[in-house]
Amino acid sequence: MAATLTPSATACPACVVVPSAEALAAKRARAESRIMLSLPSVRNATCISSVERLLEATPGVRSARVNLSLKRVSVDADASVTTDDLIAGLNGIGYPAHELDPGLLSATENDKRGRDLLMRLGVAGFSMMNIMLLSVAVWSGAEGPTRDLFHWISAMIALPTLAFAGQPFFASAWASLRERRLGMDVPISLALVLASSISLFETIKGGHHAYFDAAVSLCFFLLAGRYLDYRSRAAARSAAEELAALEVPRALRLDGAQETMVAIADLRVGDLVRVRPGARMPVDGVVINGASEIDRSLLTGETLPVQAMRDTIVSAGEVNLTGPLTVRVTAAGKETSLHRMADLVAVAETARSRYTSLADRMARRYSPSVHVLALSSFLGWLWISGGDVRLAVNIAAAVLIITCPCALALAVPAVVTSASGKLFRKGLLIKDGTALERLAEVDTVIFDKTGTLTMGAPRPLLLEDQPRDALPVAMALAAASSHPLSVALAAALRSMGVTPAGLSDLREAPGYGVEGRWQGTRVRLGRAAWVGADEATETATYLDLGQGAAPLTFGFADRLRPGAREAVEGLRAQGKQVMLLSGDAAAAVKALAGDLGITDWRAGALPAEKAAVVAELSAAGHKVLMVGDGLNDTAALAGAHVSISPASALDAARVASDVVLLGQDLGPVADAARISVIARRRIKQNFALSLAYNLVAVPVALVGLATPLIAALAMSTSSLMVTLNAMRMK
Amino acid sequence: MEILSFLIPVSLFLGFLGLVAFFWAIRDRQFEDLEGDGHRILRKDYDDRPKADRTED
Repeated sequence: MAATLTPSATACPACVVVPSAEALAAKRARAESRIMLSLPSVRNATCISSVERLLEATPGVRSARVNLSLKRVSVDADASVTTDDLIAGLNGIGYPAHELDPGLLSATENDKRGRDLLMRLGVAGFSMMNIMLLSVAVWSGAEGPTRDLFHWISAMIALPTLAFAGQPFFASAWASLRERRLGMDVPISLALVLASSISLFETIKGGHHAYFDAAVSLCFFLLAGRYLDYRSRAAARSAAEELAALEVPRALRLDGAQETMVAIADLRVGDLVRVRPGARMPVDGVVINGASEIDRSLLTGETLPVQAMRDTIVSAGEVNLTGPLTVRVTAAGKETSLHRMADLVAVAETARSRYTSLADRMARRYSPSVHVLALSSFLGWLWISGGDVRLAVNIAAAVLIITCPCALALAVPAVVTSASGKLFRKGLLIKDGTALERLAEVDTVIFDKTGTLTMGAPRPLLLEDQPRDALPVAMALAAASSHPLSVALAAALRSMGVTPAGLSDLREAPGYGVEGRWQGTRVRLGRAAWVGADEATETATYLDLGQGAAPLTFGFADRLRPGAREAVEGLRAQGKQVMLLSGDAAAAVKALAGDLGITDWRAGALPAEKAAVVAELSAAGHKVLMVGDGLNDTAALAGAHVSISPASALDAARVASDVVLLGQDLGPVADAARISVIARRRIKQNFALSLAYNLVAVPVALVGLATPLIAALAMSTSSLMVTLNAMRMK
Repeated sequence: MEILSFLIPVSLFLGFLGLVAFFWAIRDRQFEDLEGDGHRILRKDYDDRPKADRTED
């Protein structure tokens, strides 16, 4: 007779990770009329004004409205307005923004469910107050016709209210009965129906006790729990899952001299595909023409771009940086490495959906005992009173009402709402209802390096030590290229106040660097071999001033994400093991690990190896928190006990993780771990509180002393205590 | 005690008015952004004249 839990696994997790081309195309078409942006840094009236003013001043925008509670803005605009323009504009005035999938259909549907619950809650609250007013008169001694009149009025208010407000419980109880299991909603519905019919019967007979007040307030408190639960789930889910997709489901196919745009699904092995600079590789393949550099950081975690030329093997998901490439397809669609990674994620996700939350575990044990208690009190009193059915049913109803999990239903949602609200203000979005509980159990934390502990963007080192006259030349050359190192170098020099030198004949040699003519001599910025320099051990670019002098070396280091140090130190202070697991080269990983004081690190890890490390630790009984952003982390993120990814992470990584970090700062990760432990403690305290209340109240009900007054008092005080306990989250 | 037969319907009616107001507030989406609305009244943008055209949210 135990209640069973249906696992909430999606039918096809891989579909979530790699959205189909059709879904993406549909998404794009909808995005034309309304754009939703997440704005983690809006705080007050000034922010609202400046954001709305900027957006409404943009040509093509019809209206913009900021929602401060959800920290997002919805923009009504013509199809000509692109999300990128708006994001760039907002970044310009200091508000980092991320695109959200407007998902208009699902969003309005969610809203409707929320409003529906709120309306039922309102009706139940209204009726409860009115019936309570009448009940106070009965409790304080109204007799005879007055009492009957009051009972009748209560019945007239309570019955329609229960029929309307109780629907969510009846519906879900019916659904679970049809699947032949007993959820928490079965005893709830039973209590509501039994209490109201008994009370109606008593009212008709002119009896002493009617439980209309208890039934309605039971309904009210339960709805309050339901609503809180719904709100914390819906807010998080709609924002985090819909952070828009990066994948481009299309490719440029070369048919002879002609280029046609085709869906990736239509590509066959052996087709030729053109990949423009800045675009993502749509397929696995071999370069047959062109020279460029490719950024593999999302797939492997390597920070340094790799040179690509004829015969270089490329995989789907990598970014082509400098020159156009022609690629012969060796694997498309389901065969690509990208897709194989998604399969890994699917396997890992099914393992995790088996987690049972504290509330479910509690309900499983609690729900059968409610039925057993009520039934045995009915049979017991039938036997004791010698067949007085009216008395026995009355007492059984009282037992059901008292044991109904009012405080229990509030215990978890109230804590989760208050904890996730707290974390949201710190910039963390909880996507999954049980994530907080799982986070509290964590004892090992694994960080990815590139893009997680670091910003994933290089920063030039020691520019002050370079000869002053070389800097303007370097700047002019760097500004001519979109290579990440060049972009970083140009930005750093601009902030130093360097003005670019006047160069002529600027030309980018894809895959090698940039060259130009300065005061009659040829100057070059680029790879060591091309410039004629000795290769340095660190990430670097080289400048040849052409006058026979030795080329200059510009070293780069990846910038630490703000708050990374605090996060690592905070987690270690809480007694957790911290590990660094990266796909990057050993030297870079070792340097960062040393800097942050992480002793346990591994470099050069492949995606499958990362997942294997997580699985190994889990098998050894550790609860692993994975923090990562890349496609190479996705399987590990999905396989870990709980996972966090920054908002800048790839789509698939964000979908696979339970918590999304909205700001740039990594510091809140340590806070999240701390708050989750407090939250779990509060949940357990709340369970203890409501069980203690049952321990006192149930015997009273069993011996038949539970009057409606006692039931109402016990129910309200226990619900109130549980809510207040949840709210003292610090 | 006859007064009760007036007072109870009157109080029920008043309570019902409150309920209707609550329904209206939900349908008017006044609970969508509680925090933002609190801040909005503090800004000075539309002190002189109201916002030009109010498009449907």
